[in-house]
Amino acid sequence: MLLKRIIVCLDVINRRVTKGVKFKNNVDIGDVVELADKYCREGADELVFYDITASAEHRPIDIEMVAEAAKRVFIPFCVGGGIRSTEDMRNAMLAGADKVSLNSLAVKTPEILTSSANAFGSQCVVLGIDAKRVGASEEFPSGYQVFIQGYRTPTKWDVVEWAKYAVELGAGEICLNAIDTDGVRQGYELEITRKVAEAVHVPVIASGGAGKVEHVIDAFEIAHADAALVASMVHTDGYTCDGIKDEIALRTSLPLRFQGGKAY
Amino acid sequence: MVPVTILDYGAGNLTSVRLACQRFGVAPVIATRASDVPSEGSIVFPGDGSAKSAMAAIYERGYDVLLKEAIQAGRPVLGICIGMQLLFDWSDEDGGQKALGFFPGKVQRFEFPGHPELKIPEMGWNAVMFQKSHPLLNGIPQNTPFYFVHSYFCKPSDSSLALGITEYGGTHFCSAAARKNLVATQFHPERSGEWGLKLFRNFLEWNGEEA
Repeated sequence: MLLKRIIVCLDVINRRVTKGVKFKNNVDIGDVVELADKYCREGADELVFYDITASAEHRPIDIEMVAEAAKRVFIPFCVGGGIRSTEDMRNAMLAGADKVSLNSLAVKTPEILTSSANAFGSQCVVLGIDAKRVGASEEFPSGYQVFIQGYRTPTKWDVVEWAKYAVELGAGEICLNAIDTDGVRQGYELEITRKVAEAVHVPVIASGGAGKVEHVIDAFEIAHADAALVASMVHTDGYTCDGIKDEIALRTSLPLRFQGGKAY
Repeated sequence: MVPVTILDYGAGNLTSVRLACQRFGVAPVIATRASDVPSEGSIVFPGDGSAKSAMAAIYERGYDVLLKEAIQAGRPVLGICIGMQLLFDWSDEDGGQKALGFFPGKVQRFEFPGHPELKIPEMGWNAVMFQKSHPLLNGIPQNTPFYFVHSYFCKPSDSSLALGITEYGGTHFCSAAARKNLVATQFHPERSGEWGLKLFRNFLEWNGEEA
């Protein structure tokens, strides 16, 4: 049976992991490679690194950082931020990344999803969607609108429609982040996560809002997500992925990976 | 440790396999054609990509003959992911593709009609039920999860080939196979954390003998 994944999200500025609330007030958590190694040992099933200042600084993702992480991380990892072309994507993958996350770029030039999937396989192409609750309307039937550029810019896209279209074009996985819940630890935006999970045939990652173990359980049981992204819980709140899984196992029969972090 | 060669056939990303070797102090030879491959040592046959283009590259680079000779010579050979699938006789991928035929059997696609919740490809961690003991599995607990990314799976016509069986969506498939010095995994040991590295290390230390 395929196991539910817990993915640790590392937002990176200058090789330091940082954590903000709704993309603001970032605090320093520690060295990115050391933390990545620690999270692997503590049972993370996957990691995602976002170079969160790359786009604003008009530079490609920090490839050296990707290469350093790859020497220590022997579980799948995704990178995002500063991916501007299939060439940037190729460089990230040759440095050791398994997957690359596209977000604003895919909205502006959806063809990048197709060219990336053709070049590397759709399993390497993760589409990040930033969703904002706007209420159901003719324009946004799901009740959620796609935003880009760190929630600064609204788009014409309904979240479910965009997800379906992007998968048609080549996206192999969707990471669904909700601005209203991001970083506030009140739980994932379950409604839209479930709508997207039911609308597409690729895995969906619930993102933004996890503060307690029950939120992770809800992502799997209520929103039907394939994976749940955690950040604050492991960065600052004293949880480990193994600890989260132990608690889930006490309360549910969800299939999880337990032998992950235990060294041989 | 014996010398290790990784076969590059332009079908995928070799970085993680190379880094897994380096983690154990092994500097692998990255071959881009058969003539690059040293006459001794282990061979890792990795890969992503699809069957047709992969087979075309394998023939073009002379890896079909190289692998046949290496297997006959008793050199340890490890196929990973599509590198496992291509060791069988036939793959249904790309409208059907003759493969290398070192293992009897075929490769077919997952089909889950009426179950849209079962995603294809299978992507993520899944348990491997070991079918027998083998040097590749030394020290690894039964039912350990490994990391998979695949839409097609191997169906050996000789069930004794199966070293590991994994279940997805009610389909039990051969997730690891072994015969003599030839071993293969559908999952990615180089992406499967500590236990994957343990398996990879077991391979690097293996002389190709079954017991």
